[in-house]
Amino acid sequence: MSAATGSPHGATPADAEAPPRGELTSGRAGAVTAKPPGMRTTVGVLLRKELLVELRTLESVPGMSLFAVTTFVVFHFALNRSSVDGDLAAGVLWVTLLFAAILGVNRLFVADADQGGFDGFLLAPVDRSALFVAKMLALLVYLVAFELVAIPAFALLLLGPPLGQALPGLLAVLALGDLGVAVIGTLVAALAVRTRARDLLGPLLALPLLVPIVIGGGRATSPLLTLNHPGALPGRWILTLALYDLVFGLIAYALFDFLLED
Amino acid sequence: MAALQLEGLARHYGERAALSDVSLSLDVGKTLVVFGPNGAGKTTLLRILATLLRPHAGNVSVLGKSLPEEGWAVRGRIGLLGHEPLLYRELTARENLRFHARLHGVGEERVQELLQAVAMTGRMNEPLRTLSRGMVQRVAVARATLHDPQLLLLDEPRANLDPAAIELIDPLVGAASERTRVISSHDPTGGLAEADVVLGLRAGRPALLRAACDVDPTEIAELYR
Amino acid sequence: MERSSLPPAGSTENDHRHPGAKHRPPGDVRYGKGLRALSISTVGVMALALGLVFFYAPLEAEQGFLQKIFYVHVPLAIVALCGFVAGGLMAIQHLRTRDPRWDMRSYVAIHMSLIFAVGTLITGSIWAKGSWGHWWVWSEPTLVSFLIVFLLYATYQPLRFAIEDPERQARYASVFAITAGAFVPLNFIAVRLSSEYLHPRVLGSTSNLPAPMALTFLVSLLAMALLYTTLCKYELTAKHTRAQLRALRRQLAGEGADAQARRPRSAAPTALRQAATTMTARAVGRSGA
Repeated sequence: MSAATGSPHGATPADAEAPPRGELTSGRAGAVTAKPPGMRTTVGVLLRKELLVELRTLESVPGMSLFAVTTFVVFHFALNRSSVDGDLAAGVLWVTLLFAAILGVNRLFVADADQGGFDGFLLAPVDRSALFVAKMLALLVYLVAFELVAIPAFALLLLGPPLGQALPGLLAVLALGDLGVAVIGTLVAALAVRTRARDLLGPLLALPLLVPIVIGGGRATSPLLTLNHPGALPGRWILTLALYDLVFGLIAYALFDFLLED
Repeated sequence: MAALQLEGLARHYGERAALSDVSLSLDVGKTLVVFGPNGAGKTTLLRILATLLRPHAGNVSVLGKSLPEEGWAVRGRIGLLGHEPLLYRELTARENLRFHARLHGVGEERVQELLQAVAMTGRMNEPLRTLSRGMVQRVAVARATLHDPQLLLLDEPRANLDPAAIELIDPLVGAASERTRVISSHDPTGGLAEADVVLGLRAGRPALLRAACDVDPTEIAELYR
Repeated sequence: MERSSLPPAGSTENDHRHPGAKHRPPGDVRYGKGLRALSISTVGVMALALGLVFFYAPLEAEQGFLQKIFYVHVPLAIVALCGFVAGGLMAIQHLRTRDPRWDMRSYVAIHMSLIFAVGTLITGSIWAKGSWGHWWVWSEPTLVSFLIVFLLYATYQPLRFAIEDPERQARYASVFAITAGAFVPLNFIAVRLSSEYLHPRVLGSTSNLPAPMALTFLVSLLAMALLYTTLCKYELTAKHTRAQLRALRRQLAGEGADAQARRPRSAAPTALRQAATTMTARAVGRSGA
């Protein structure tokens, strides 16, 4: 790999390292053997690109984390409470998570829409649903990442009862809730991004669709965070969340293609 | 063998006809140049051939496959170079090309090959947003030819490139590449020089369709009147 | 070359791009057919329902006269819900066949259901005020679910309006309609589950009704369903007529009239001319080739 001189306007014929004409795959089909990647590889490639861009720009996760912590502070003043437990704790937590997630949802497809990323992907000989899976997984990663900041912050700032015993149950509920948010969020983000009022329509569409997740998540979390008699994880709400995730996962996967094509 | 076969191709945008009644045939290895004022439908035509837009009426056959049903079968064999580079600004040239290579199932060595061909190896590890427009366009050319497409669709490919760069990319996308090409152009003389077949569009309808040797530059200028 | 926006009556050739629309009749589908008969029967059944409500159905012990709003509120709710789900099903058809007429039907179904949903909320609110003294109660899962569903579908028209390309607008709207249609039942289940241990359900309870009340309820339901269908049909006919009018105007103005490009953006589908233009283009293509 030779290093060219790299002057700002690059190529003078001298440092144009182009091989002699005619040698460089001169138009004959099959000169390059290209094997179109399968679903798993495609999702992997897309996901890797997503995370790479996010690491470079740090657009989503830091913002979501900061927003969550600030919201906890706001809640302290708005509720005029120094500690919350039970229903109130579950509510504060889920509302904060929801609105922070919306921030991530809004940014999800913006880079693609603005930089012609959709075209680049649509020209590739791959299954288009892979984009849905990859974006959903990326959003899931962002959600988990910012919750790594938000949950400890919550325990520190507002939560009354100690978190220790409730943690496994809480993580289970969060996992299912995050999955639902990721599925709905990706679908809504794709729907909203190529419209004129994308920042407004995203939240407006997402919030009603996410109400069942808030219901399930809140009801499941509340007994875990009760002050004196912490309860067990209510199975019915776990089931509700899982069912919701499954149904909308399938629907979103099936419909996503229609949002991409023209 | 016909690389392209269009019969009565039409596409509308709401109540307006973006393209109507476009019929033509293009043999392998030949170059079709499309002329026409802005809004005439040149970009629409190219995007339909690239399988990015569905035809609304008519028969379209690209590289032997009929669109839109068999679009998935030809996608890997078409290269599109348009106004947008279709690259991510935050990633480097190398990362961008690697990304596209993997999506097309093409190996790493090909990425290196093309970076050399467009003389971008020196700055291949810098984010695209730090590069000049001309350099980004060169990387875009690399992207479009990475998978060695049989059909090249070029929407005013020489925009943003200096003469040296134009010479550089000629083996990839120019006449010397020996690929079947469809080029949209605003340059009557230059465009005519490299055409085998000429299509002139006006308001979505074909106003001129002939072998290039039978066409006079003044006729092309007529389209813009 | 003579061009007609409405294809000749004999032409039933289907565009092979619309595989599902095999027997698509020529552009002038008669939406208005049967409208008068439908309207008359609607008025008739509504009159019957009103009569039953006021003169036949017995007064309920606890709530008295106010309870009669049940005969309006619940049918409104049921018809609205069915309408939303129907809108989703029509949207599925639209995506499958790409026939813009399905999108038109889906749009009208959702549009009308939204109005009925507002009616549900208002009548529910009136009943809540009468029964419990508050204009809103959270203990009624039906009412709460409706609020959420209303908030969701209220974004349907802004979504459509925010997309300029008519074909993409229709497609995105269909995706929304299907998602929202699936959401409606799931939402109901979730809300029901969450408030089960509060008040016993009074508003929506339709089991254990004495016979006269059950009969009145069923007739009211029928009346509401007929009203919905008639209104939808009216709207479809009106839209269709307007589309035909525009097509005729364009014909008179002559070809190349790009004036229509200056039409203001609309949230509503103006589907018909796509079918007409498509068929015309093919006809011209065939005869011109």
